[in-house]
Amino acid sequence: MSHLQYFRLRISGLVQGVGFRPFVWRVAQQLKIAGEVGNDAQGVFINAYCTRATLDQFIDELKREQPPLAHIESVAIEALHEAMEPPINFHITESKKGVVKPGCVPDAATCDACLEELFDSANRRFRYPFINCTHCGPRISILREIPYDRASTSMSVFEQCSNCLTEYQEPTNRRFHAQPNACVECGPRMWVEKSGGEEIVTDDLFAFISSQLRDGKVVALKGLGGFHLVCDATHQDALTSLRQRKNRPAKPFALMVRDTDIAARYVSLEPEAEALLKSPAAPVVLLQSKGEPLPEAIAPGQNQLGLMLPYTPQHHLLLSAFETPLVMTSGNHSGAPQAIKNDVARATLSEIADFFVMHDREIVNRMDDSVLRYHNGRAFAIRLARGYAPFRVSMPEGFAEAPDLIALGAELKSTLCFIQQDQAILSQHLGDLEDAATFDAYEHTHDLYRNLYQHPSQRYVIDLHPQYLSTQFGESKADRAELTHVQHHHAHMAACMAEAGIARTRRDILGLCFDGTGFGVDETLWGAEALYGGYASVSRVGTLVSFPLVGGVQAIREPWRALVGQLHSAGLLAQFKTLPCFEDKPLRVLEHMISKQLNTPLTSSAGRLFDAVAAALGCSADRISYEGQAAIELEAFAQRATADSAPRYSFALSEQDGLYQLSTKPMWEALLQDLCSQRYTAEQIALGFHDSFADAWVELVEQVAARNPIGAVALSGGVMQNRVLADRLSAQLQRKGFSVLEHQTLPANDAGVSVGQAFVAAAQYLEN
Amino acid sequence: MAHGAGGKAMRDLIEDVFVGSFDNSHLNALEDQARIDLAELQRDGNRIAFTTDGYVVDPIEFLGGNIGALAVNGTVNDLAVSGAIPKYLSCSMILEEGLEVAQLRRIVDSMRAAADAAGVAIVTGDTKVVPKGKGDKIFISTTGIGVIPEGIEISASRVKPGDKVIVNGWVGDHGAAILNARGDLALDVELHTDCQPLHELMQVMLKACPDLHAVRDASRGGVATVVNEFAETSGVAIRLYENAVPVRTEVRGVCEILGLDALYFANEGKLVAVVPAADADAVLAAMQAHPAGKEAAIIGEAYEGVAGRVVVQTGFGGERILDMLVGEQLPRIC
Ligand SMILES: [Fe+3]
Ligand SMILES: [Mg+2]
Ligand SMILES: [Zn+2]
Ligand SMILES: [Zn+2]
Repeated sequence: MSHLQYFRLRISGLVQGVGFRPFVWRVAQQLKIAGEVGNDAQGVFINAYCTRATLDQFIDELKREQPPLAHIESVAIEALHEAMEPPINFHITESKKGVVKPGCVPDAATCDACLEELFDSANRRFRYPFINCTHCGPRISILREIPYDRASTSMSVFEQCSNCLTEYQEPTNRRFHAQPNACVECGPRMWVEKSGGEEIVTDDLFAFISSQLRDGKVVALKGLGGFHLVCDATHQDALTSLRQRKNRPAKPFALMVRDTDIAARYVSLEPEAEALLKSPAAPVVLLQSKGEPLPEAIAPGQNQLGLMLPYTPQHHLLLSAFETPLVMTSGNHSGAPQAIKNDVARATLSEIADFFVMHDREIVNRMDDSVLRYHNGRAFAIRLARGYAPFRVSMPEGFAEAPDLIALGAELKSTLCFIQQDQAILSQHLGDLEDAATFDAYEHTHDLYRNLYQHPSQRYVIDLHPQYLSTQFGESKADRAELTHVQHHHAHMAACMAEAGIARTRRDILGLCFDGTGFGVDETLWGAEALYGGYASVSRVGTLVSFPLVGGVQAIREPWRALVGQLHSAGLLAQFKTLPCFEDKPLRVLEHMISKQLNTPLTSSAGRLFDAVAAALGCSADRISYEGQAAIELEAFAQRATADSAPRYSFALSEQDGLYQLSTKPMWEALLQDLCSQRYTAEQIALGFHDSFADAWVELVEQVAARNPIGAVALSGGVMQNRVLADRLSAQLQRKGFSVLEHQTLPANDAGVSVGQAFVAAAQYLEN
Repeated sequence: MAHGAGGKAMRDLIEDVFVGSFDNSHLNALEDQARIDLAELQRDGNRIAFTTDGYVVDPIEFLGGNIGALAVNGTVNDLAVSGAIPKYLSCSMILEEGLEVAQLRRIVDSMRAAADAAGVAIVTGDTKVVPKGKGDKIFISTTGIGVIPEGIEISASRVKPGDKVIVNGWVGDHGAAILNARGDLALDVELHTDCQPLHELMQVMLKACPDLHAVRDASRGGVATVVNEFAETSGVAIRLYENAVPVRTEVRGVCEILGLDALYFANEGKLVAVVPAADADAVLAAMQAHPAGKEAAIIGEAYEGVAGRVVVQTGFGGERILDMLVGEQLPRIC
């Protein structure tokens, strides 16, 4: 069997526009295989003339070595011919225009090879801030439409010089078909301006900026997916003025450090976390603070820091001068999306930044920094954008025939999810749709992805909430017949199932969705739900006893109101009006609002319960300045307590018509007593509440399990980002023998909702 | 008052309360219909404006007014914002058994006073009494006729990019006053309705700029709804400046406590006008010189953007989308 044969291989996955063909060429050379490699509409094909044994070795090598940005999903031997004329060498076949598979790969951090050139004084790209190759650099952020070639990107205005063009055209070169290929002769340039627009003449831009940063100045830096606001993270006054000017009193700032050695001075850095920081996606990773302290103003009230490594040549050039972290926060006013255009940045950031570092490579698509949380050996996605989007979600079993559709997500942390043929594509995180510029980006991204994937569908999936702007967008796009509504928490649960690869036909999943608020089928606001079923349908089997959300959206901004609602519903308000967080608060008015049902919807929100406990314990009780602040501070409190010292609280569980309800009344009675008697510290009470809440739900799950078979418990919803809660819940459930599904690669928060919507609608379509 | 009071009792009531109070030659004739001289109408313009509205409010009396004044001014204003000179009203009332005659008299008296102030006559009417529980104290429907002078073309479809958006004063007073009166909210503030007729103000504005593009009274749904209607009908985008919208401190306080947005509060004496930019200052000055427009302000502008989009520019330069509200405000935050 060791005779030579002609094999045809089909490779699918992320294999186009990532330097895959030169890579195949190189491996084939090493193994002395003759034949060819090329792109077509299905992906990459290889014709290899070799023995079966060599072929196996070839496939192994391809899978093991893959270029940094490639991802092989499958290699199939499509055909073999014995009677063909043996080829003499291995060559790369030019692809015909328009026949490559639609799609795009994410942007990638500067690769090691480019980095070496960047700092090599003999290299022609020495200190050139836009160096890149097929293994790194911008992709979707500069792309207008497919096919992905230079003319479709914002590099189209830069004509390659002859040196660059040679690289670009040479199949064996690292820059073969690297669309953003450029050098100082022909590519984009950087310059620095004063706030106000006047260009500053300097022969060393990075030295100039570095010295300004050291002086405590704030610099707006145009990067890969948007503008950052940069300041020296060790400069107290710079931090203060950045917070003031940006109107961002407390939300943590992300930091950039030159390398992982510097990172390790401030945080606990395990090898997996280090690998994540160094990955081509180069996300912000939230890590446990440890070691040298940094100013509290970076992340007030938190035990963790968000760190990232330099991911563009500019960053490397800037950070090379810093042994300490720089703040790299998004270039915007609080609430608005980060600026991507030079003129918008000048207009909106001139009161914030002292200097602007500009460049003339247009950012076409905004890409925020991605954020993951690293905790106890696992990474949890919080925001997926730069480096991850477009994000491919593998199709679980049973969805091969899913219809093409577009799921429009929620309202905050909005994302879009496209199901098309055999794939599900998640867009980058876009943000809060109420902001007009974000909504524009949302529409733009909808159009962009439809183009990138040549998505044909008119079928849209939306939330049940009638006032979500995404719901209204869907209604404007499609007729009723082509719209599917999916309940918010069902979508959360389905996203978790899809991430875990749960098959379409499973009907025995229990979803625990702990969330802010989502519109329920009974038109109240849900937010702590046990849903039993599968993709196509669920029934609600458990919830929190609902309570008044006094003042609607105002009760989300002001955690003390959540406490009023909780205590009112527990019948304890009269007794505890003297709690410190109620000082100077118009409690009488709120009581009237409850009795008159004036702007006081009912909710079973877990997020608001956590807010209420946070308020009682004095965490941002008056008002939060960023989403989830009080609950995040409560979690940080709990993390500071020692496990054996925490009190335990009980919840009352009752059942009616198959719906289990947890009442918080006994918990509040005991918790407030502990608080008032000062028998426990706020940290201990915080931990006790987390554990007790988790345990109460474990009991609820056991009750449900006594009546229904439970194949797995899926944990989803924004509140599940709380690791103290989720760890306890997960551990206790597993101890009782349940199999637990948790979000890791997809966010548990609303950024995952579009994925869940997509699979719910697809399952309903397939089963009707 | 008793239900089903036909015949003599009802006639007495009508004689006593309505004719006595409204008192004009058309009504006094007690025919089944008012008869209006066409020639008289034609002297003022070339088109009739004709509108109708139903009034239900709880409570029926509140600081600064009652349902009767609303029923007159509401319909007068619906006529006025077309540029019309209001002329005649009809009035149909459904009374719930048990309503105090004294209260009814107060309401009818305010209708009379409001009609006089607006220069209109209530020329025909009807009254029914329904059993207790079948109504809610009093429902009033009024229909109005006015005359639109020649050459005036005010329409929600005429908003052009660049036009300025003007409001004639404090926004949200009425909505806040009603919430305060209804809920006994224990808000320690005095809030009066802004109920007032706008026909004179409209004529003053037309004098300053005969080419007003669009005007509507911002009653139910508030300024936000009117501006959305403008943007949608004209296919333009409109930007409001949060800091420019006149809202009383007390009303801000109410909004803050209740978690509601004054831009959606009902008004009963406020109009939103869209004016060519070149005339905006003149119109504004003319408005401010009239008692019904003392606190008038330019609150926004139309621009070329996503058709139908309305945004509010916040203090920090961000723009939030202000959409047309369907039903009660529900939190969208997860
Ligand atoms: Fe949610
Ligand atoms: Mg009307
Ligand atoms: Zn590279
Ligand atoms: Zn070049």
